[in-house]
Amino acid sequence: MKPSRVPSFILVLVLVFLYLPILLLVVNSFNAARYSSTWGGFTLKWYAALLERENRDLWEAARRTLAIAVSSSGVSMILGTLSACALHWYRSRLQQINHGILYLPIVIPDLLMGISLLLFFVALGVTLGTGTILIAHITFCASFVTVVVLGRLQGFDENVIAAARDLGASKWVIIRRIILPLLAPGIVAGGLLAFTLSVDDYVITFFVTGPGSTTLPLKIYSMVKHSKDLPVINAISTIFLVLTFLIVWLSQRLSEHQPNRDSP
Amino acid sequence: MHRRKNEILLTAPTLLWLAVFFVIPSFAMLLISFRPSNVYGGIEPGWSLQAWRALGDPDYPIILWRTVWLSLATTAVCLAIALPIAFLLGRMQGKWRGFLLMLVIVPFWTNFVIRVAAWRILLHPEGMLRQGLIHLGLIGQDTLLLYNEGAVLMVMVYTHLPFAILPLYAAAERFDYSLLEAARDLGASGFRAVMRIFVPGVSRGLLTAMALVLIPALGSYVIPDLVGGTSDEMIGNKIAQRTLGDRNLPQAATLSIALLVITLIPILVVFLINRKEQAESR
Repeated sequence: MKPSRVPSFILVLVLVFLYLPILLLVVNSFNAARYSSTWGGFTLKWYAALLERENRDLWEAARRTLAIAVSSSGVSMILGTLSACALHWYRSRLQQINHGILYLPIVIPDLLMGISLLLFFVALGVTLGTGTILIAHITFCASFVTVVVLGRLQGFDENVIAAARDLGASKWVIIRRIILPLLAPGIVAGGLLAFTLSVDDYVITFFVTGPGSTTLPLKIYSMVKHSKDLPVINAISTIFLVLTFLIVWLSQRLSEHQPNRDSP
Repeated sequence: MHRRKNEILLTAPTLLWLAVFFVIPSFAMLLISFRPSNVYGGIEPGWSLQAWRALGDPDYPIILWRTVWLSLATTAVCLAIALPIAFLLGRMQGKWRGFLLMLVIVPFWTNFVIRVAAWRILLHPEGMLRQGLIHLGLIGQDTLLLYNEGAVLMVMVYTHLPFAILPLYAAAERFDYSLLEAARDLGASGFRAVMRIFVPGVSRGLLTAMALVLIPALGSYVIPDLVGGTSDEMIGNKIAQRTLGDRNLPQAATLSIALLVITLIPILVVFLINRKEQAESR
């Protein structure tokens, strides 16, 4: 029986569809012509434009995005690890509730999370800004870290803990010397996922941001919306793209390690 | 007793965080939807059904309906594209399978705003695609590729496609392809064999894919805002406008609750089907 060629044909079309806009974006970031309809020769001037004074707010936004991503992934790594351990080791009514509440932020549209947080902050009279963005990011990142760490825990050999306890290890020694090192790749992979989600987020940040607290996605969005400096957007997007690929590649490498393989 | 204390120590930090910043805000939204708004963009004390009555405005039902149909259309197109791809990848062996799967996923590592922006730039009136099509005589001088429902649908399919491919691939990977050969041997045509055996065989994957595309699609805001025109707005655009445009927060709250109720439908469907299957397998 000869397999049909139709699925392969569809796959090729889909790959073109998926890569075309991104490739054109990268190519155009080196295009000297202002509009992408013609090729005006190779240039690095759009990258150079990023360094100019008028684009200082882009760097300011990038710095803020990075600071928010680092702190929110740090906090959500702690929260997510704790709740993953709770979900894995206990089977009580409390954990059923915990499970439901942890999964909801992943399921519902992010728009709803953004608007409900905004209304909550407004009702309490909280000043919107970097602080409220940070709170919002921790809230959605914690759930994702929980899921990643929980996956790592599912391959966890409980006998190691029992053996350590039999040999007289205290609770803290077990946590520090056994549980944390074994979970570390999962925690780091979860943290990197949280980092990329935080850097990627537009919708939730858009709702809870205040005056003067622009992040990079917000900045890019407003530039795109007003069709301003499109070649500069191409350049900054290309840099963004390369950085994201590096981070995701790193997190893939980390989560590839099987729990049993690298256990001591 | 000791065990209970440990459980609470592990559970409390995250659960309390989510209670304060997720559960309570959701209820705050419900509460605010019954408050009157004032002209300064604030919320007045007292109770009012004003925001709920305004949902009956001719504008909102039209936009709610458009949100539902655009999301359903996105889901249908995504499933139609993902099904043959999952079929192909599931049948492949070894290295090629992993490589092609990676190739399908990689574009989605790109920042979401940048992916939508790339389409806006590609479809831009001064962009290569439109100028090229005009040059070839395929479209007229005044045809726009941007700011219409077709552009919104296409970019929505673009951004949601991996949510359809991944669960369907996971289901196809476990599918026994020799069943198809058996059907062919019994005289079924290739297409018929796929439709009658492969599609039911990956039904769980189809259900997951449906939910994973439909739910975020219903909450779309960025895509209709960047590539759609004013007549292609979805409920997300209205929520953003009521929030940051004319700042009528109770109205934003009622619209959000309407959106929440709509998104609960696919969530409930998946939940009920899963529970039924679990009950049957017992």
